[in-house]
Amino acid sequence: MRRTHPLVTILAMFTMAFLYLPLMAVAVFSVNATKYGLVWRGFTLDWYLKLFHNEVILNAAWNTLVLAVVSTIVSTILGTVLAIGMDRFPWSKRVNTFLDMVLHLPVVIPDIILAAALVVAFGLLRMVSSMFEPGLLNMIIGHITFQIAFVALVVRSRLVSLGQEIEEAARDLFASTGYLLRRVTLPLLLPGIVAGGMLAFTLSLDDFVISFFTAGPESVTLPLYIFAAVRRGVTPQIHALSTLVLLITVILVVGTERFSRRR
Amino acid sequence: MKRKMLVWYGELTTTRSLIKRGLLFLSPGMLWLLAFLVLPGLVLVVVSFASRGAYGELVWEFNLENYKRLAGFGIFGWSADYLVIVWRSVWVALVTTVLSVVLSYPLCFFIARRPERTRYLWLTMVIIPFWTNMVIRTYAWFLILAPELPFARLAAMLGLVSPGSPLYPSAFAVYLGMVSMFLPFVALPLYSSVERLDWELVEAAQDLYASRLRVFTQAILPQTLPGLSVGVILTFVPAMGMFVVPDLLGGAKYMLVGNLIQQQFGASRDWAFGAAISMGLMVLTMFSLYLYRRKSKGAEVLV
Repeated sequence: MRRTHPLVTILAMFTMAFLYLPLMAVAVFSVNATKYGLVWRGFTLDWYLKLFHNEVILNAAWNTLVLAVVSTIVSTILGTVLAIGMDRFPWSKRVNTFLDMVLHLPVVIPDIILAAALVVAFGLLRMVSSMFEPGLLNMIIGHITFQIAFVALVVRSRLVSLGQEIEEAARDLFASTGYLLRRVTLPLLLPGIVAGGMLAFTLSLDDFVISFFTAGPESVTLPLYIFAAVRRGVTPQIHALSTLVLLITVILVVGTERFSRRR
Repeated sequence: MKRKMLVWYGELTTTRSLIKRGLLFLSPGMLWLLAFLVLPGLVLVVVSFASRGAYGELVWEFNLENYKRLAGFGIFGWSADYLVIVWRSVWVALVTTVLSVVLSYPLCFFIARRPERTRYLWLTMVIIPFWTNMVIRTYAWFLILAPELPFARLAAMLGLVSPGSPLYPSAFAVYLGMVSMFLPFVALPLYSSVERLDWELVEAAQDLYASRLRVFTQAILPQTLPGLSVGVILTFVPAMGMFVVPDLLGGAKYMLVGNLIQQQFGASRDWAFGAAISMGLMVLTMFSLYLYRRKSKGAEVLV
């Protein structure tokens, strides 16, 4: 049995503490009874209760959810169809390179560039239609744009690993194109689609930059709300809100892990 | 006309009908990406040559003014202000990447040597911050660096800051925030390489009396290079464009390119200049990706 050098263990523990201390501090101060400062004044859940009476926060939570759900549904459908289109047809090498490049663009470029491009594009579209005023629609469009790429990449890797034997067998048994897709390809792809969808959902919840650039006054999401509030000064209520968001992230991550490991 | 027949996934069909059907599958997603990614990107390029009107509107007069301004040629003569910000962004991204790599190696070795049951637990512990909202992870440092806590007190005792003041905004706080933000981006890809590491090679190097440094550079580094290079590029590129961390932890003292871009689209309302800075960042991104591709080809030879 190889041993771990004590220095490695110490450094690893230090790194873990480095990652988790700030987050734990947020959780600890979210149950601290004092409103100002960081001195411990006893345990309370008041800040959590107050969250549920705060109209602005409830509204932001609702916006976050609508944004994540709508963009995830659209991007999962578009991304899955795109992945099938890319992998299951005899495209020439040049077409494949082009498709690959477009698909990787949102993954590699810094998100602030995509955000800037969207601001300018929506600004110009606004001359045509008032639909593109900064707001939820713009945010949904922005989120779908980067989500599609991630969903398509995840689903495509599943398609590649599936191989072609099963679909060939279905064709040999006289399956029509529609039947093949409905009863063979899509069911086989389902784990990939769910994984892609969960990734898209988490990305949407996690996103700040795209939302920040495309949001309007009516479409504040939780990350935007926390950002604005923190710049005015941190309060226990913000800690409570952040702790809840953290917990939801933990549940989502652990759920996704379980799901992808079971398959 | 001769129709080319072929068997594709067990179906006897023609290339033409396959391509027709293929386009049907490709078009929704690709049209979306062309409409909201490629086209806006091209518009951004065009806008970067336009000018700003008196009220912050876009004026379609094309010139190189924005790029000249970015290079420092303003109405008051040459100043390096913007170039300093660009250089600082590259520097911060570089330091962030190096520190993240240095911290990731021991962490990955540690996790790879846990028993299988607890290994996934540790790994999940690294994945959770990866997915946690960056605003929360950034502002969380406010608490750690607050004047009431030991870290700020220690710094005050050493005379680094005045007593009773927090350790932010400062360059130090930006580095803390950046490293904690991007560390999982290095650690996760690196781990996938460390997990597959062939320890017999490492032991062979040790048996042959290689120094610790040589064991690392010649037995460990080449084997973990695939994961490491993915982690480095996943950190370096987004770190250059980061604006939440410097905005919250650096304040006006430590602006990066991301803040500069955000300023043009926010308070300054100078989209054309913002577009030009974005193009600058894009060039830096492309250059690092190019270096990465060249380097990773070299890496394959090395392994």
